[in-house]
Amino acid sequence: MDSPTPTSSTTLPPIPWKPPEPASARCGRRSTVWGCGREQHESAAVRQAQDYDAVIVGSGAAGGMCAYVLACSGLRVLMLEAGRDYDPVTETPMFQTPADAPLRGAGTPEKPFGFYDATVDGGWQVPGEPYASAPGTDFRWWRARMLGGRTNHWGRISLRMGEYDFKPRSRDGLGADWPMEYDDLAPYYDKTEALIGVYGSNEGLENTPNSSPGVLLPPPAPRAEEMLAQARCRELGIPVIPAHLAILTRRLDAARISRELWPNNATARRVTEESMNRRAACYYATPCGRGCSIRANFQSPTVLIPPALATGNLDVITDAMVREVTVGPDGRADGVHYVDKTTGLDERATGRTVILAASACETARILLNSKSGLFPDGLANGSGLVGKYVMDTVGAGVGGQIPALENMPPHNADGASAMHVYMPWWLYGEQAAGRLDFARGYHIEFGGGRKMPGFGFMGGLAGFTDGAYGRRFKEECRRYYGSFIRFDGRGEMIPNEDSYCEIDPDGVDQWGIPTLRFHWKWSDHELNQARHMQRTFASVIEAMGGRVTSSVHDDGARAIAAPGVIIHEVGGARMGADPSESVVNEFCQSWEVDNLFVTDGACFVSNADKNPTLSIMAVAWRASEYIASEMTARSIR
Amino acid sequence: MTELPVRTNPEDAPGGKRTDEAESACSAPNAVDRRHAIKIMALAAATPGLASCTVDGGNGSEGGGDPVTDGGDVVADTPNPASNPKARGDAWDPDLIDPVIPWDLELEDDELASLAVLCDLILPADERSPSASSLGAHDFINEWVSAPYEGNGDDLVLVRGGLRWLDRESTRRFGDPSRPGSGPRFRDLPIERRTAICDDICYAETAPPGFEFAARFFDRVRFLASTAFWTTPEGMDDLQYVGNVPIPTWDPPPDEVLRHIGLLP
Repeated sequence: MDSPTPTSSTTLPPIPWKPPEPASARCGRRSTVWGCGREQHESAAVRQAQDYDAVIVGSGAAGGMCAYVLACSGLRVLMLEAGRDYDPVTETPMFQTPADAPLRGAGTPEKPFGFYDATVDGGWQVPGEPYASAPGTDFRWWRARMLGGRTNHWGRISLRMGEYDFKPRSRDGLGADWPMEYDDLAPYYDKTEALIGVYGSNEGLENTPNSSPGVLLPPPAPRAEEMLAQARCRELGIPVIPAHLAILTRRLDAARISRELWPNNATARRVTEESMNRRAACYYATPCGRGCSIRANFQSPTVLIPPALATGNLDVITDAMVREVTVGPDGRADGVHYVDKTTGLDERATGRTVILAASACETARILLNSKSGLFPDGLANGSGLVGKYVMDTVGAGVGGQIPALENMPPHNADGASAMHVYMPWWLYGEQAAGRLDFARGYHIEFGGGRKMPGFGFMGGLAGFTDGAYGRRFKEECRRYYGSFIRFDGRGEMIPNEDSYCEIDPDGVDQWGIPTLRFHWKWSDHELNQARHMQRTFASVIEAMGGRVTSSVHDDGARAIAAPGVIIHEVGGARMGADPSESVVNEFCQSWEVDNLFVTDGACFVSNADKNPTLSIMAVAWRASEYIASEMTARSIR
Repeated sequence: MTELPVRTNPEDAPGGKRTDEAESACSAPNAVDRRHAIKIMALAAATPGLASCTVDGGNGSEGGGDPVTDGGDVVADTPNPASNPKARGDAWDPDLIDPVIPWDLELEDDELASLAVLCDLILPADERSPSASSLGAHDFINEWVSAPYEGNGDDLVLVRGGLRWLDRESTRRFGDPSRPGSGPRFRDLPIERRTAICDDICYAETAPPGFEFAARFFDRVRFLASTAFWTTPEGMDDLQYVGNVPIPTWDPPPDEVLRHIGLLP
């Protein structure tokens, strides 16, 4: 979920927060049960009397995808979301400018990515929901308590993991292998990309997979600064190719795609086609991180949940904070306990399977909190691996100023909000030859140019102009506008035993649910990689004729972003081929409880440099097909 | 330019006048009691001239439960308090379509008058755009330094103290030595004298010893005034920013741009 760097220039301890008032006292906010057509109907109690085939915890990338696939497959599904109901179509500020927002849209403790960021009731700190980091570590845990979760503010960078990424241990002896190959997941990447709409191109580069023909949407042309970087990077041997982003550069071919996705399922075909037809193509204005009222970008509440609701097979309860998975006397999952946040009361939802899709660490927390006589150490934790091998992405960045970009002729440089091109990892050969002091790769994201001025505009210009003010300052700002650029690396972290989360024996949230404590340690692979990133970016900036405007650290520990800051945490309930070394199998099915599934990033075995959300959805789709077929075959009762 | 409703004074609301000089609503986002919050949001919806945007999607996002105003008095507790009934309306879940600023403004009129003069010294009117104060830069700085966050509180002290420093320095340099403490104020100095002081504090690297604080103050005001100025429509026009408009297709940069950056001969 790459997002722009927070614009916060303020720091403040979390603001004391009072629990929500009862639903009756509040406007537009209640634990809501949604059915077909987003119309509220029936009470939770009535619906719970139904026999759900699946109870899904979470409504984001994994939960939304599971709900879509299972509801389309004819299963009766209940989705529980800890945050409020949220509708990007009516809630997204589209053309508003910074001047329309408090503090010109600057980040605040409540809205770290700025006022317009789509995250509501979320952030690295959520009121009433603390967590702890062990001494010496500083993990930052981003949450988004809202329907659709983090898909609402996600950077929408949709890169496939490649064949190397599924078998890292086999390649270099580090980390662990996935119990599947790239080819096992490739069809689900195709399906996911076709469903959500991803622009990009097939370049055939090493470990950077192509999509099947007809899947990708055409990528937008590069902007000026992107073309300049492309030209100069060519001289450095760094490929710059179209990025893959989940944004519609043209309307989806709804009839064809829905037919190809669901050849033998008329209902699924209908709801998919109808939902796709409600999505417009991007009109190249307004940042995607605000959400998208025309549904041009991908968000779970505009792309996954509406067709699932339209099947009539999905109910959604919002403001439902799940505490634990409940287990029957036979040792099988039979539902969940949750707190109705609007009443504070404990509630229960039951179903034939339970699917945890609450985000990696929240899923681990629920499993660890699901203690019973049968499972005293938490559910599905016989291996002791729940909460273990948590990973984030390695992040480091460098900014620069490029004289060639000064005084540019005016032109529209907004584009599809985020980057149009990027640099995939290109030094596989160097690594294989042992010429680098880190084992895994990174890709480069970058941006700059003549974007809409926002908070902090021209903040560093005093240094460039020796403190100009007056008419000269205005002229200098016009000259420098659009000439700044920033490169950010996103690299693979190798899982290690010192990076994990556990239940904090001393912590509880405002709902009375035990909280997490994080432990973290980077290995030299990550630290050296971060150093390499910064050196590379400095050389690219210089190759563009520019000057570096931020620090380039020789100490990797200073170059690397704090764990959790890149918001790509995965692991904690990893999959594997051996029950003693993993929590779930390749279909996200718990080894110990056969009707319990973990479909979010918790099941990740490795965390390639590729941003994880696309892979989360592909894995969730594959697992959902397995769940549907097993339930049809009654092998899951 | 557009201005956010900061707290509202009932007398001001129907007139469409900017309403940031009014009485306090609350001290911090989360200190708003529900009833009061609804009043604030209702007033926000009633205040004309807000740059609110009806989002596409069929269900008009605005208008539900329009507040009833009567001579400026708001009938509170409307069922749909603002443009977005789903939002709780506090700092964690604000109404993104029709925002409000629910904190007191701290700077006094006298301070704002001095700040406006300084903002215009930093960003004066020229042939391409108006001056910073005419676009409300000093009002934005007031909004910023009044925000209930630690860093903003630091800036309040910095700005307040800096304005006092400017007056004291004006007196020291240009006042009558026989009558200490009763000299010209910064904002009353002729432009050359104001510039003489600013030349000494405009850049931390070259500021004389003893002027470190003043240089930090000047730099912060320059930063905040720049943010205020270039985020207005007039400021964006000044830069010739041409985006934030829907366009049907995305084309490569024009040839003149490619020639400019050396990618075309």
